[in-house]
Amino acid sequence: MPLEALVFYLLAALTIGSALIVALSHNLVYSAFALLGTFMGVAGLYALLAADFVAVIQVMLYIGGILVLILFAVMLTHRIADVDVSNRTVGRIPAVLILGVVGTVMGVCIGTAEWVQHAEPMVEPTTFGIGEAFLGPYILPFELASVVLLVALIGAVVVSRKELRGPMADG
Amino acid sequence: MDHPLLVSYLRWIVLFPLLGAVINGVFGAKIQERFGKNGISVVACTAVGLAFIFALRAFFQLTSLVPEERYLLDTLLRWIHIGALQVDIAFAVDPLSGLMILIVTGIGGLIHLYSIGYMHDDEAYWRFFAYLNLFTAAMLTLVLADNLVLMFVGWEGVGLCSYGLIGFWYKEQANTTAGNKAFIVNRIGDAGFTLGIFIIFWSLFEAGHGTTAVFRDLGHLIHHLEGQMVWGVPAATLAALCLFVGATGKSAQIPLYVWLPDAMAGPTPVSALIHAATMVTAGVYMMARMHFLFSLSPVALGVVATVGALTALVAATIGLAQFDIKKVLAYSTVSQLGYMVLGVGVGAYGAAVFHLMTHAFFKACLFLGSGSVIHAMGDEQDMRKMGGLREKMPLTFWTFLISTIAIAGIPPLAGFFSKDEILWLTFSGGHPFLWLIGFAAAGMTAFYMFRQVFMVFFGENRADEHTKEHLHESPPVMTYPLIVLAVGALFAGFLGVPPALGGSNILEHWLEPVFAGGHGGGHAAHHHVEVIEYVLMVASVGIAAVGIFLAYLIYYRQSLSAETFTAVGGGVPYQAVFNKYYVDEFYHATAVRGSLVVSWLCSAFDRNVIDFIVNGVAKVTGLVGWAVGRFDHYIIDGLVNGLADVTFGIGNRLRQIQTGNLSIYLYVIVGAIAVSQFLPRVGADTLLPVVMVFLSLVIVVGIALWLSTRRIQWRLMFTKEGVSELR
Amino acid sequence: MDGLLLDIGLRHFLFVSLIVFVLGLYCVLTRKNAIGILLGVELILNSANINYIAFSHFSSGNYDGQVFAIFVIMLAAAEAVIGLAIVLGIYQNFSSIDIEAVDSLQG
Repeated sequence: MPLEALVFYLLAALTIGSALIVALSHNLVYSAFALLGTFMGVAGLYALLAADFVAVIQVMLYIGGILVLILFAVMLTHRIADVDVSNRTVGRIPAVLILGVVGTVMGVCIGTAEWVQHAEPMVEPTTFGIGEAFLGPYILPFELASVVLLVALIGAVVVSRKELRGPMADG
Repeated sequence: MDHPLLVSYLRWIVLFPLLGAVINGVFGAKIQERFGKNGISVVACTAVGLAFIFALRAFFQLTSLVPEERYLLDTLLRWIHIGALQVDIAFAVDPLSGLMILIVTGIGGLIHLYSIGYMHDDEAYWRFFAYLNLFTAAMLTLVLADNLVLMFVGWEGVGLCSYGLIGFWYKEQANTTAGNKAFIVNRIGDAGFTLGIFIIFWSLFEAGHGTTAVFRDLGHLIHHLEGQMVWGVPAATLAALCLFVGATGKSAQIPLYVWLPDAMAGPTPVSALIHAATMVTAGVYMMARMHFLFSLSPVALGVVATVGALTALVAATIGLAQFDIKKVLAYSTVSQLGYMVLGVGVGAYGAAVFHLMTHAFFKACLFLGSGSVIHAMGDEQDMRKMGGLREKMPLTFWTFLISTIAIAGIPPLAGFFSKDEILWLTFSGGHPFLWLIGFAAAGMTAFYMFRQVFMVFFGENRADEHTKEHLHESPPVMTYPLIVLAVGALFAGFLGVPPALGGSNILEHWLEPVFAGGHGGGHAAHHHVEVIEYVLMVASVGIAAVGIFLAYLIYYRQSLSAETFTAVGGGVPYQAVFNKYYVDEFYHATAVRGSLVVSWLCSAFDRNVIDFIVNGVAKVTGLVGWAVGRFDHYIIDGLVNGLADVTFGIGNRLRQIQTGNLSIYLYVIVGAIAVSQFLPRVGADTLLPVVMVFLSLVIVVGIALWLSTRRIQWRLMFTKEGVSELR
Repeated sequence: MDGLLLDIGLRHFLFVSLIVFVLGLYCVLTRKNAIGILLGVELILNSANINYIAFSHFSSGNYDGQVFAIFVIMLAAAEAVIGLAIVLGIYQNFSSIDIEAVDSLQG
């Protein structure tokens, strides 16, 4: 078995296995921690696909930021003792039915479509190219993204600050 | 006569009392509060006093003129000028009205003074004097009017004031009823009066020599009525009879006299002023004023004379049996008015006016005297409870006695001359039968008047102890007018001493210019039959003496029992007289009951026919409205509400999707994604996609509903309670 | 068969992405917990990112896919911030973050 295939399957297994735990675990804390595995696997897949910069970003942002945030939210909103009931699931059967349809259709599409492929997949450091792209053709979305982040920052503060809600709403 | 002397002060004779009435009527309550009752009486008496002064001035101005030109005219306002009808508010004084205004303002003034004492304890003092002044103004308007229309205004004005004063103590039902009776009965007479005015005016116009309502011009034009017919009746007769109907109402003649005795419900000064001295003589005055018309119609004169004589007799007989001190005087008044009307009827206008004047004096004096008695007796009017008042009330007694002698016709007091002149002119005018009636009535007059004097002033006092203690002579303000009036009753007769007794009949000459147009009242006749005249004089004095003697025997000496007379004929005549011939009952059974029956019939017609039609229309309209309402309710509203219900139902069911439940939204989204992916696989170029899209939408919505209703119970969706709960 | 399995190509990544996507969707559909749903959303975003990078590597030959992936990551961060803030707000109001308990549209 070539090394590349082995690494891929290992990473895929990590990703999908963690995702299964995320989706199916009864315990929200487990789900949240399992998300770590998925993010790591996905980061590995990025690396496998020669997207080194995105892989680093994935690790820094998702694992270092979003995941920690989610864990905080879990801890803040639920007493740990109640985790069993806190992650109940509903409507499994219709969900499985619908997802069966969606997954089947998508799978058939993936399997049968004639994908356009480069003869030679490029393998090179990407940081310079991405930087060029951001400050070149994508300058406007890049700047807008900063505005979006600012808005999100302020919005989060406004939404979650309890003591300001009353008077602010009135004022 | 053709060129009246134009003056401008006659208006004040009317306007001063009117002003007094306005002041007392509008501000009376305030004046009484601020200045006391004296303020009221000062205003009222000053008003009448000023009117009296102007009346004197007019009178003396008249005397300064030659007899044929004694006519003063004061035109105050142009009033009604329509076509041939030219009516002004104008006041005229000729010898007749000059005499009348002196009587009205003079005697009226005395009665005003008397009222100060008589009404002193009355709360509505100001109202009384306002009415009294208003009455004086209206009476003076009546007398001074230079045309029929303005006279009618005064005529109605006095009627109105009479009504108000009869019902002055309106808290007693009987008083207001008496006021109503007077007003309604007078209305019948007034209808006759207005008809008379219309007939004169219209038939003169038809005669083609111009027409007018002014007395002076009527006198010149009236002969054109001769030969003029209205409905087959001579216009003059018809007009005269219509005017006479008015006179019977106002002057209380048969058949309209019934209101006058009831009018005694008013305060006694009112009885004296309105129902004895002035207003009731308005009919006589009017007929004297219109003498030229009556002289045109012997038939009308005959009717007038007969009615007058009969009234004199009937009223006198009723007066024989009354016990109410004022009722006796009231019937006496009716009787005396009968004499005056008799005088008019026989053409003795001068004699009628003479009697009017003397009667004003002694009847006013009698009424005021009776008022003094009533005042002293504590509002007791029944003569059976009086007696022996002579010592307690000497002034009242003496003045009352003088007036009684005057009315009884004992010479040389006023009543003798005036009444005898009428009787004599009746006899000499060719009406011996009417003379006999008048003669009999004169005897009765003497009897009932002295019966009254004996019952009230002589014998034992029959009142209770409490009343006896309070017996007192009236205050000077009440007795002085009595004295003045008694003096008038003593001496007024000398104004008309007939030539047969060596007099010159001043009054007759004074009035001559007025009545010159008439046929002279038999002046020519009595010079030739002086012997009979003396005989008749002695006869009438004799019958008066007999009446007095009978009264003396029965009520003073009591040597003769009244029962001997009341028992005559089994008591039937007495009962008839005592009950006033049942005339009131007769009127009640016929006129009043008849009106009620007619009104009942009218109301029955109204109820059963008119109301049926009106209600029927209303009912039909109601039915149509109901039907339209049902249609609206069930069809129109049904459609509208049905649409609304359908929309609501659909919305209510679709609403179930919008639960706010996030997972259901997600299912819908994902389901839609699945369908949108699935569709292109099936077939792209047929109608099928449309059907598929629809079907898939139904499926998605169905799944969503199914999911949502797992949690929301079916009860909520498909039952009424649930729906209302969801609302 | 061996070649198909061992010669790792575009389809392999797409299938991994599909599976992660379906799992994320399942997670979103079935969780009653608002944070659980956010976890599902993160899975879906990651699957989308895998697709971007895969297509960028195998098909386009330029950095557009990677740029989009970075945008997605950035938006995911913003989404997580906002979403979690909202979840906290809901928790403060309802003392629960069960999305079926929280179906009132007005506060």
